[in-house]
Amino acid sequence: MKILVPVKRVIDYNVRPRVKQDGTGVDLANVKMSMNPFDEIAVEEAVRLKEKGVATEVIAVSIGVAKAADTLRTALAMGADRAILVQTEETVEPLAVAKILKAIAAEEEPGLIVLGKQAIDDDSNQTGQMLAALWGRPQGTFASKVEVEGDINGGAVLVTREVDGGLETVKLSLPAVVTTDLRLNEPRFASLPNIMKAKSKPLAQKTPEDYGVDIAPRLKVLKVAEPAGRAAGVKVESVDALVAKLKELGVA
Amino acid sequence: MTKVLVWAEHDNATLKEATLHAVTAGAQLGGVTLLVAGAGVAAVAEAAKQVAGVDAVLVADDAAYGAALAENVAPLIVQLLGDFDAFVAPATSHGKNIAPRVAALLDVAQISDILTVEGPKTFTRPIYAGNAIATVESTDAKLVITARTTGFAKAAATGGSAAVSPVSGAGDAGLSSFVGAEVAASERPELTSARVVVSGGRALKDAETFASTIYPLADKLGAGVGASRAAVDAGYVPNDYQVGQTGKIVAPEVYIAVGISGAIQHLAGMKDSKTIIAINKDEDAPIFQIADLGLVADLYTAVPELVSKL
Ligand SMILES: Cc1cc2nc3c(=O)[nH]c(=O)nc-3n(C[C@H](O)[C@H](O)[C@H](O)COP(=O)(O)OP(=O)(O)OC[C@H]3O[C@@H](n4cnc5c(N)ncnc54)[C@H](O)[C@@H]3O)c2cc1C
Ligand SMILES: Nc1ncnc2c1ncn2[C@@H]1O[C@H](COP(=O)(O)O)[C@@H](O)[C@H]1O
Repeated sequence: MKILVPVKRVIDYNVRPRVKQDGTGVDLANVKMSMNPFDEIAVEEAVRLKEKGVATEVIAVSIGVAKAADTLRTALAMGADRAILVQTEETVEPLAVAKILKAIAAEEEPGLIVLGKQAIDDDSNQTGQMLAALWGRPQGTFASKVEVEGDINGGAVLVTREVDGGLETVKLSLPAVVTTDLRLNEPRFASLPNIMKAKSKPLAQKTPEDYGVDIAPRLKVLKVAEPAGRAAGVKVESVDALVAKLKELGVA
Repeated sequence: MTKVLVWAEHDNATLKEATLHAVTAGAQLGGVTLLVAGAGVAAVAEAAKQVAGVDAVLVADDAAYGAALAENVAPLIVQLLGDFDAFVAPATSHGKNIAPRVAALLDVAQISDILTVEGPKTFTRPIYAGNAIATVESTDAKLVITARTTGFAKAAATGGSAAVSPVSGAGDAGLSSFVGAEVAASERPELTSARVVVSGGRALKDAETFASTIYPLADKLGAGVGASRAAVDAGYVPNDYQVGQTGKIVAPEVYIAVGISGAIQHLAGMKDSKTIIAINKDEDAPIFQIADLGLVADLYTAVPELVSKL
């Protein structure tokens, strides 16, 4: 079976985001961009399933600006077989991303679609669940373990999920959608030879119109502001001072 | 009048506090109806009807809803939403799992993790791990929202007397099933509602050291216990202890970070705490930039001394 892996190009997680002076958003000019960390985990999981013989082909998809091709090349260097770039200069909200992915799913008929649980820029945590709804398939969100039993016809996937109270396991009939949590795996680094090889792997260029999806935003962003600042307090010299403070706060 | 359906968070036996926060968020939009979907939830419904500010309680009692599987629960909510203008779920793991499925079935955008209600369709929400706050306005006919519990005070658990009515939906969608859960039972206060939280980081070395260092302090203070991702990844504590962008969001009266450096992803989960105390041996650790009170010290001498003096 095929596995589809949507990957998003986002601000690198080590960079501290700066809000633009005019309050329209976060300044991304000259900022290091990388693959969303959860999506690296998704690519890794898909590639491991291929290495185990569960998957036959891993297809990476990104919706975004031309530069998102770099993110797709990273996925190819990690072991994805081919890539699809759905190019647009507009901001695409999770619902529209899910609609485009659903259209691609209808063409490719994957057994699994593995997404990140959350993009670290918009922090939406929506796309996988929305895609599962539109595709009419089950969802295993916040996965820390994925085990496939059987194939796309009649098979299932067991997903261990990280939930508020601990862990839970659900069984989903295939095809299914999985979203990754941080402890699912440790993504590999792409080796130099694999980075070179990735350059000749196929990368298809598409647009949202090719899939007949209206990407007009449903949410108007009225303002983006810095959060209320928190000033550093004082350093104390001794444990006694801490004890005094805890008493003053009424917790000790 | 705007009608709001609020997802009641529960474990089929007790109503969870997250519900009370979501009721407050819902009440800022309109009249609140609580949905109790689960299996054998009579006691939960009884608690739900007493929540102050709740107009009505709908109870969907069906084995198919017992594990809150999104495939089964989302169609029920969509069916009920015919009579409502908005759906609000607390931003818990259930809420985050179910709400987007509801939104997509309704063809509306979801507004995740709202912090405040600014107008009938306008909300603030954190983006970039809380390094920016966006004010967004929905243009959709219906609202689907998850509410960050730390953004909204708890509604009173008693004082209400809402009418309870049964509802039913299609039940099992036949796509998924619940296999089992590993729930870590703890005598300590729940992390997300504790007045005091003591969290440990990578510096705690291993599970035994974490337990022998952090737990006595937490017990002295009646505190909940949290951890950084590094501590969870290294296996010192289970995953549900993680505080941060991708873990739990907490805002206790006092948060004590022990041997935690203060990465932005960790700060995202605790920087709204009233008082932050940090113990770290590195005086340049980023955690000190937001701590109200910092102690530069080796935790292995400071924490035992603190415990002995409390
Ligand atoms: C997508 C993504 C999501 C993430 N989500 C989260 C999240 O939700 N929550 C989270 O916490 N992290 C998260 N992280 C990880 C985060 O970036 C940091 O790696 C992590 O928080 C570091 O944990 P730490 O502070 O325990 O470890 P470290 O950064 O290693 O810090 C250990 C600290 O302990 C101090 N120390 C060492 N020995 C002693 C001693 N004897 N006495 C006193 N102090 C001592 C050191 O000075 C140091 O400051 C995420 C990362 C990514 C990429
Ligand atoms: N523009 C995009 N292109 C490809 N994948 C995306 C895009 N946006 C979101 N995703 C996928 O959906 C996941 C969740 O994103 P979000 O719902 O925005 O938090 C991400 O981790 C990606 O796997």
